[in-house]
Amino acid sequence: MSDPAANIPQAPQAGTPVATNLPAPTPAAGLPSEALSPSNGAKEGNISDAEREELRRHGILMTSFEELYNWGRTNSIWPLQFGLACCAIEMIAAATARFDIARFGAEIFRPSPRQADLMIVSGTVTKKMAPQVVRLWNQMPEPKYCIAMGACAISGGPFKQGYNVLKGIDRFIPVDIYIPGCPPRPEALLNGLIELQKKMKGEKLTGPNAARFTRADMPSEFPIPAYGAHDLEPPKNDSVWTPPKPEAKA
Amino acid sequence: METLEQIRDRLVARFPSAQVTLVTNPGAAAEHSLLLDAAHAHDLALFLRDDPALMLDYCSNVTGVDWPDKEITDVTKTTVPDPAGGPPKIVESKTTRLQPGCLEVVYHLYSMALKHGPVTIRMRTTNRSDAVALPSLTPVWRSCDFQEREVYDLYGIIFERHPDLRRILMWDEFKDYPMRKDYVEPDDYEWEPTAHGAVLERAKAHQPTAAVTPSKEGGAP
Amino acid sequence: MTPFQPSTLGSQLPASGGAGPFGGPAGPTVRQVHDQFHGDLLEVSMGPQHPSTHGVFRMVVTLDGEQIVKLKPVFGYLHRNHEKIAENTTYLASMPYTDRLDYLCSMSTNWAYALAVEKLAGQAVPDRAQYLRIIMAELTRLVNHSCLVGFLFNDLGTSFTPLLYAFREREKIIDLFESLSGSRMMCNYQRFGGCRVDPTPEWLAAASALTDNFPRFLDEYERMLTGNEIMLARTQGIGRLDPAHAVNAGLTGPVLRASGVDYDLRKVDGYGFYPKFDFRVPLGAHGDTYDRYMMRILEMRESVKILQQAFKELPAGPIMDPKAKLRGFRPKAGEAYGRLESPKGELGFYLISDGSPNPYRYRVRPPSLINLTLLEEMCLGHTIADSVVILGSIDIVLGEVDR
Repeated sequence: MSDPAANIPQAPQAGTPVATNLPAPTPAAGLPSEALSPSNGAKEGNISDAEREELRRHGILMTSFEELYNWGRTNSIWPLQFGLACCAIEMIAAATARFDIARFGAEIFRPSPRQADLMIVSGTVTKKMAPQVVRLWNQMPEPKYCIAMGACAISGGPFKQGYNVLKGIDRFIPVDIYIPGCPPRPEALLNGLIELQKKMKGEKLTGPNAARFTRADMPSEFPIPAYGAHDLEPPKNDSVWTPPKPEAKA
Repeated sequence: METLEQIRDRLVARFPSAQVTLVTNPGAAAEHSLLLDAAHAHDLALFLRDDPALMLDYCSNVTGVDWPDKEITDVTKTTVPDPAGGPPKIVESKTTRLQPGCLEVVYHLYSMALKHGPVTIRMRTTNRSDAVALPSLTPVWRSCDFQEREVYDLYGIIFERHPDLRRILMWDEFKDYPMRKDYVEPDDYEWEPTAHGAVLERAKAHQPTAAVTPSKEGGAP
Repeated sequence: MTPFQPSTLGSQLPASGGAGPFGGPAGPTVRQVHDQFHGDLLEVSMGPQHPSTHGVFRMVVTLDGEQIVKLKPVFGYLHRNHEKIAENTTYLASMPYTDRLDYLCSMSTNWAYALAVEKLAGQAVPDRAQYLRIIMAELTRLVNHSCLVGFLFNDLGTSFTPLLYAFREREKIIDLFESLSGSRMMCNYQRFGGCRVDPTPEWLAAASALTDNFPRFLDEYERMLTGNEIMLARTQGIGRLDPAHAVNAGLTGPVLRASGVDYDLRKVDGYGFYPKFDFRVPLGAHGDTYDRYMMRILEMRESVKILQQAFKELPAGPIMDPKAKLRGFRPKAGEAYGRLESPKGELGFYLISDGSPNPYRYRVRPPSLINLTLLEEMCLGHTIADSVVILGSIDIVLGEVDR
């Protein structure tokens, strides 16, 4: 990366307006010319990553509102204190000093769903518990995410053949990250959290691919199943989950 | 501690109208039990708890067991003389009868005061459909409280004079008795990639037009 | 400053006469306000999602102000029909499910199930395996009791610090379990007739070193917790349990012994090789929450003694009985009830076999469920904050309560 550095006499002080001595970004200054063309996805007028890097070295931070918003959300995910079964012990172990979920910003396990961003469904969801899980999900404000931790939350797990076991919490609420294991190690939960952070970082606030929580047409509350005489009614939410189709093999 | 025969003799001596039967346990553990009749079970239990030689003050475990109706085939061999004068023939005739099933509840009793046990007692209902009431032993041992509620919830035995008989593990609106041998689970269809056995059958019922290739015939786990 | 005006809330109530503190007539007394407006009872449902209920447990509490008038526990939110699954699987295939019953103490739950099946089938166990089982069970007792004390102090409000100390020790012990059996929590270690894996001499040395260092951790823990005046004020006299009621209600384990009843299955039944070990059984005097807490600490110290003896006397030899059948295991028809002293109480398995590879009836006697029988009696008259502490001291794990 060459020289526009040489033209800038000193880093501007914090608070001073940006771009006092900055040369106009021209292709001749060694910057890739594709950086400004709309074909690589950047809208006209946006600054490329290389230029931003350059600015950052001089103490000027240029970012978009979306990135800043996502960065703030990603690094301070507050999980709901919601342990169901054995996976809850590994979740607590992930919060202890050895694995330390606090360094990801997620130390504060909120007891109340109104204050939580993330619901880690850790453990078997039984049919008796399912309405409460959906109710808690409805009470969480947007933007909210769900991690299904452990085989039982993903699909019923080892207890799949059971009259009281819900075969996966994704039958009723949308799940963002699935962490397999029985129980998954605390490092696996941290890996799942990192994947969720990556997913959150990539979320857009506007445009056709905007995130779920910005769109008024996407539901954020889901109907709560009722206790029936033999099973939950309804046994699954068809708008959220359909059984996988068997593959037609030749 | 005295043997079960001695306990049974003392119980019958004390309550002459009670029916107390010794049920032998054929396995290696040799834990035999006493079958009590429902009418006198409460009094017999009080005796077992308060008798100074037994002092069975601790009821450790209450279990429900379902014995479904069983078809029993009796084979009778009769000797029929041969009308033609030859040696008599032996004819086998088979009759089937239905041995009615019952629901059973088993109590394991120990003594914390004298540190001995177990004494196992059982009670059986008359049948599995309408006469499913048994006396509750919760007034004798409080530890039967939750456990008898669970037997009611999962098997359907109604315990008379239980202080609070309602479902404990399933939700109150649930209608079935899930641990019975003839309980059928709700058809919660979900196809699995390694479909085998029962899952494959259910898959065929739900998606008959899809071409499903069964995996190798795996047996039960 | 405007002069203080008495609130109009009490204007419907008769004045109590005399002069008020700021001049003017006195308002109603606190008693009158209380009787007028606070005579209603409040029903609160604590759980199933609650920070202090140790899992998906629900208490429907009826309160008069802060005092508990009625308390009904509701469970079943984790009922995973373990017993029904066991009727459809073989005896050995149910072993991993027993790990998930009491998920903090999988080694002793495995042993209880193996004990019951060995009783059913008349299966012998070699000496080395008996010692190994005792070692694993006592290590599990250390894990369970230290984590329980940590969770109890979470409920008291110390929010995580004692739990972090306890989990530090737990991590050391479950590292040992992981290197031995392959899994931190769900060890699946016992088999019918012995143990699955033989520990190496390095493992034994590491476990022995951990055991020798454990009393130092207990001293550190006690220095922080035992004489703490807030803890004493909040746990002494709270949740008294009368011994006669406890026996009649079938309570077992440290909860029972804290009330002064001397009933420890390791001494009474003498299962395994426990009669060869020299250890005492601590007993409490008052049956309150403080005694239940001290029981756990004292039992941990006794467990350390047992472990030290076990490491010294561990014999060489096979870990599985040579006549044990792993495949095609079909015990003869009959029934058996096998029980042992798990860290929570008497854990029993009742098995009825009909000669087939699957059990006909498989029943778990859950100590946590039966220890909850007297929860209401212990909590009546106390405040709602105390009920959380009492529940914490009973030590329940929902996997076992609901199975």
